Amino acid sequence: MGVPERLTVALRTQDDVVVLRQRVREQAVALCFSLLDQTKIVTAASELGRNAVAYAGGGEAMIEPSLNSGRVGLALTVTDHGPGIPNVEDAMRPGFTTGGGLGLGLSGTRRLVHEFDLRSEVGRGTIVRILRWK
Amino acid sequence: MTSNPSVTPIPLVRAGYEGILAMWIAVQKRSATARPDLISDADLARQCSEVLSMLLEGLASGSMDVSSPGWEGMRATLRGISLSRGRLGFGPSETALFILSLKEPLFGSLQELDPSSRIDAILELNHVIDRLGLLTSEVYQQGREEVSMRQQQEMLELSTPVVKLWDGMLALPLIGTLDSERTQVVMESLLQAIVETGSTIAIIDITGVPTVDTKVAQHLIQTVSAARLMGADCLISGIRPQIAQTIIHLGITLPDVVTKATLADAFVAALDRLGQRVVSTGATSTGR
Repeated sequence: MGVPERLTVALRTQDDVVVLRQRVREQAVALCFSLLDQTKIVTAASELGRNAVAYAGGGEAMIEPSLNSGRVGLALTVTDHGPGIPNVEDAMRPGFTTGGGLGLGLSGTRRLVHEFDLRSEVGRGTIVRILRWK
Repeated sequence: MTSNPSVTPIPLVRAGYEGILAMWIAVQKRSATARPDLISDADLARQCSEVLSMLLEGLASGSMDVSSPGWEGMRATLRGISLSRGRLGFGPSETALFILSLKEPLFGSLQELDPSSRIDAILELNHVIDRLGLLTSEVYQQGREEVSMRQQQEMLELSTPVVKLWDGMLALPLIGTLDSERTQVVMESLLQAIVETGSTIAIIDITGVPTVDTKVAQHLIQTVSAARLMGADCLISGIRPQIAQTIIHLGITLPDVVTKATLADAFVAALDRLGQRVVSTGATSTGR
């Protein structure tokens, strides 16, 4: 079976988030993720993709398989050039929201994956990289 | 624009009408993009002759701007041809090539002009034909967008049926993505059905929802709250194991909502709420 290649998904509208979910699921299936692991990484992708669309006016997601040291994983990097997050600690706290949501997206996403790295600069944008091992 | 009326290409095109038409049809038939499988010779000839007549009409209006009123007939004709070709299975570039292939016979009919007026005439006609080619692509695109918009609307309505399961009990099987727009439709049809049937309990089945993230959960909670304001309790069923685990990790709680693994479980629980239950009559069904 061919190793899935890295691919990018442009995020502009909610419909693009649906496309992102489908692509992530395809990649997870190709890497033989279990149904639970598929669901977790797809849900995490959905949260990050929606954040980029809702708070930053869009962005880009890069999906890439990670095959380091014999372990198989799927990494996702969501980049936007939106307003950035002034207080990352607040944003990561469960229940904190500026957009009328449940405020669980970022904190929940962190619990759904094995690696979570969020960098944000006010006025420049936000980059979130997540990785889930199989 | 040619200023000297004696060198305008219109009389030449009009005089050479039959020749241009015959050559245009011949050019298309021998081109690599000919599609005799999609369009009959008679239809092709009719379309060519319509377009050529409309071209003369447009040129006679004195304007070379194909968006001006004098070209209305041409635009309507091309719209019709583009849409009908789209339905026949022609691609957008094939339809554009149909128009663009008119250049060769058209320019060929201008031999009698002196070289400098001929260049002027060719440049102008070239511009007109290019614009007409683009117009066919735009129409094709519009047609596709209309189809996809209509399908989207149909999907919205199709995928949110509210069914009556029992006296006073409704079921709402959700399938697909639960975005804000869908939620609005779902909520409206559910509340409407609650009023119409006087139901006091509704089962929302999410077996067909592939991903439950925080937004979907929030939409579900809102729908349940709205139903409660109307005097109906909601049960949520069809929560698969992987979805349940993911919801827990996300930190989502569904306060005061009864959830069941399957629609069957939810049905039994709902019957219980209504003070009813299904009992076996003891008799087994005999095939009649």
